[in-house]
Parts: sequence; structure tokens; C-alpha cells
Amino acid sequence: MALIKKILIANRGEIALRIIKSCKKLGIETVAVYSDADQDLPFVQSADEAVNIGESQAQKSYLHMEKILQVAKIKNADAIHPGYGFLSENPNFPKKCEKEGLIFIGPDEKIIQAMGSKIHARNKMKEAGVPVLPGCEGIEDLDEAVKMAEELGYPLMLKASAGGGGMGMKVLQNKEDLEKAFNSTVQQAKNFFGDGSIYLEKLIENPHHIEVQLLSDHHGNTVHLYDRECSVQRRNQKVIEEGPSPFLSEAKRQEICETAVKGAVSIGYKNAGTMEFLVDENQNYYFLEMNTRLQVEHPVTEEVTGLDLVELQIKVAAGEKLPFTQEEVERKGHAVECRLYAEDPKTFFPSPGPLNTFKFPEDNTRLDFGYEEGDKVSPFYDPMLGKIITSGKDREEAIRNMEKALDGVTVEGITTNLPLLQQVMKDDEFVSGMYTTKLLQNMNDRREKVES
Amino acid sequence: MSEKAIISPLPGVFYRKPSPEEGNYVEEGQQVEAGDVIGLVEVMKNFHEIKAQERGTVESFLVENETVIDAGQEVAKLK
Repeated sequence: MALIKKILIANRGEIALRIIKSCKKLGIETVAVYSDADQDLPFVQSADEAVNIGESQAQKSYLHMEKILQVAKIKNADAIHPGYGFLSENPNFPKKCEKEGLIFIGPDEKIIQAMGSKIHARNKMKEAGVPVLPGCEGIEDLDEAVKMAEELGYPLMLKASAGGGGMGMKVLQNKEDLEKAFNSTVQQAKNFFGDGSIYLEKLIENPHHIEVQLLSDHHGNTVHLYDRECSVQRRNQKVIEEGPSPFLSEAKRQEICETAVKGAVSIGYKNAGTMEFLVDENQNYYFLEMNTRLQVEHPVTEEVTGLDLVELQIKVAAGEKLPFTQEEVERKGHAVECRLYAEDPKTFFPSPGPLNTFKFPEDNTRLDFGYEEGDKVSPFYDPMLGKIITSGKDREEAIRNMEKALDGVTVEGITTNLPLLQQVMKDDEFVSGMYTTKLLQNMNDRREKVES
Repeated sequence: MSEKAIISPLPGVFYRKPSPEEGNYVEEGQQVEAGDVIGLVEVMKNFHEIKAQERGTVESFLVENETVIDAGQEVAKLK
């Protein structure tokens, strides 16, 4: 590739290692940046060059744009890969990269900005003919909110427009709930996201969370790489993902995927992105949000399609055409991904500490991890240690392989959610494939019933 | 009156205020009740409230806002 010979990775841990892997395959040099806490982690060793960018707190290192850009300039990097989290969805980052003559591996500032505001994204998708949940925005005060809520009908969600990751959301069953929650939600939105605008949305009681992987080049081509089911969640955060969704019919899968492409084309999307949908029990689907970056669960799609998403991201960013058409995207078998978190499986209490023992099955299970035995898990970043990914000719085989793989994992020194992952694989509701985002709650209720 | 330490059960970054724009939860010399929040610890992207275990006066804070602390570290003294 003419344009990109050296990439700086503005991230850490498992995703930094994952990006390095594709760079090595393509013969591209890598520069890692790391904080004090991360100096001994595998991604630092694995990159061709590594530069310390400061203290452990993300604000002072991984979120410090100026420092990262300075390293990119000094090391003569051609491009920056932001991974997920940190600066990946900050519109100022691609803007500054562009100013410095660096290629940002992702969409441009305008697209990130447009999709970053929930209200704006909703309107854009509505215009493009993508179904959105009935709702209303631009609410000025409580009186107006009460009136609008009556029109829409309860139950409703009250959301911060700039929110994300399950933050700034309240479920409202009636007018009293709205009166109680209104002021604090506005205040929270101001404090957390610097933007007090809120909106009301119809609540789907037992939703499926299903998303579509998209990829666009700079030559007007957009393809989808099929769907992922991400309904195993705790506190609105994903724990287990699989693809294809066991809940959708083939006809509906096709329809959702084509709708997602339509939405991406309408905003002139570039690079890899994911459109998330809420799906109700009758397979009606509604646009939830668009993530303008690579996602944690991208390996599910890689296992099913045989493609390397990071490689494709880099090629697209370098101005290459997508090397295949929609018809040429193949889908084979089934894949499951489990996220191993450093947290108590019951209380979700974080558990940093030393990985005294950290053993994995020694077969061909795909393991995307940023830590090795003997490393210390610091309290400064996300509790996700990494991901275990298995596949099979069908869902049953993929799940069986996951059970086997999980049995081969041993962690000592910290608490992890491994027991929870093992329980899910054996849970009838999960195995049936008809589970919703209530699965973990239901499992918990079932366990408490047995124990009492 | 004996002195009592308020200890953080978790390692992470200690904050004296609920958000950057707001004031401190409590000031030195202020009276607190059992269960009052005196600070936050950010650990793995979660915020954990540090509370006073009993009634008393906050004599002093032993760590500044945004300091990195260890599990079991004393963050304030109560008397």
C-alpha cells in the first residue's frame, strides 16, 4: 500500500494487539502508545516501536490528543487507528489528524458528529427510511414532556441525547415516574455529557439487541457483513455476542441488513461501522444508534465471513476499493464470543489485581486478549480482559466448542465472570436462541428461586 | 473523641466532587452523618461512592482530588 506504511495505535490492551496483528500481515509498521500502568503489557512489546505518553489515568494518556498526535508526527506515522472507546468516537480527533496530515482510520468528523447525537442520528435515519422508535425530542420543560408522554403512551424511555453506553436513561411506567425523573435526567445530561437535551422514546419491553456490520469505501461502495445478536447484557453492556442472530428469520435478516446499508449510504458513511437495532418479539426492528468505529465483537463477523475487518479498515482508509461486492460476501456456520471481565459475576464489582494464573485451552480457539499470566490488571481502564471466540458449522457446535473452551480457562489472583459465562452456555433459554436482553436478569431470578 | 479513618475499599482514582463542574461533597471541618458520601473512586470505568461509616467531623483529607489510591488506603480522618 502506497499511502500507509506506518500506523500509530491510539489504544491499549487486546484491541491494540489485534490491530498490530493485521498490520504485521500487511507489512505495515506499528507504533504503540502506552501509559505508566501499561508499560509491561504484551501490546507494548509486540509493536515495532512504543512510546510512553504519560500517567495511568486515561485523561492524561489515552485521551490526550495532543500527546498522541505529537508522537505520530515524531515517529512519522502515516495513519492513526483509534480502536474502540477512548478517542474513537470523538469528532475532534479525526479533525486534528487531518490538520496534521495524518489519515484517521475511520469515518470523518462530520459523520462521527452526526451519529454522536442520538436525536440527530434518529432524524437522519428517519429521513433515509430506516424505522425509528416512535418518540419525541426538543422537549423544553416538564409540562411539555407530560403532554408528549400522554400522546405517545407509556411505558417510555427518557434519554439524554448525548448519552451512550447505557448512561442517562430512565424507564417510565407512568406520569409520576416522569415527574420524578425529569429534572435529574436533564441535570445529569448536562453534567455528564455537557448537553442537557433529552428525548422520549417508546419502550420495547423485551427487546432483542441486534446489529449489522457495515463497511464503506471512498468510491461509493457500501456492503453489509451480516448481523450479530448482542442480547446478553448486564447494565446495558454486552457480555456475549453471536452471529448470525438465532432469533431472526432469513427473510428478516436480509431486510434488516439491506435497511442498514440504505441508512449508511444516505449519510455517505466511510470505513467500518455498526448499526444497532432494537427488535421486538414480532421481529419489528427500530434504529437504536450507529457506532462509527470497530466494535469489540467484530471477531464474530470475522469468524462467520472469513474476512479481516482491521485489514479492510486500513485498505479503505488508504483509498482502496472494497475487494468484493455484496454478492461475494460469504457467510458460513456460526460464531459465539464471550467477554471475560475482571469483575464479580453476581455483583459486577470490579476486581483489579495480579493474574497469578492465566491459562487457556491449547487448541485452535480464537483468543483476543491483552494480558498474559503474570501481568497486573490495573484499576484505570475497562474491566474487560479479552474475548474467547468459537465457531462451528451450526449454532449448536459453536456453543459446544465454547463450553469446552471455557472449561479450559483458569484465572487465579482476581475474580472474573467466567462462572457466569459457563452458566449462560448451559442455560435453556440461551440454548433455545429465543432470549432477549432480559436473559441475565431471568437467569438470576431462576437461581434465586432455586436457592430459596 | 478518637480519630477514625475513612478507607477506600477499592484502588483507583479518588475524586472529592460528583462531577468536574460541581463543588466538593464535603469540606474539612464539616459535620457528616453515617452514610454521607465524602468522595468517589473511579475503578475500571465504574464510580464507587466512599461514605462516612459514622457521625463525626471531617478533620482532614489525606489525598487530593484526582489522586491515584490503593485499596485499603485512608482518604480522610474523622473525629
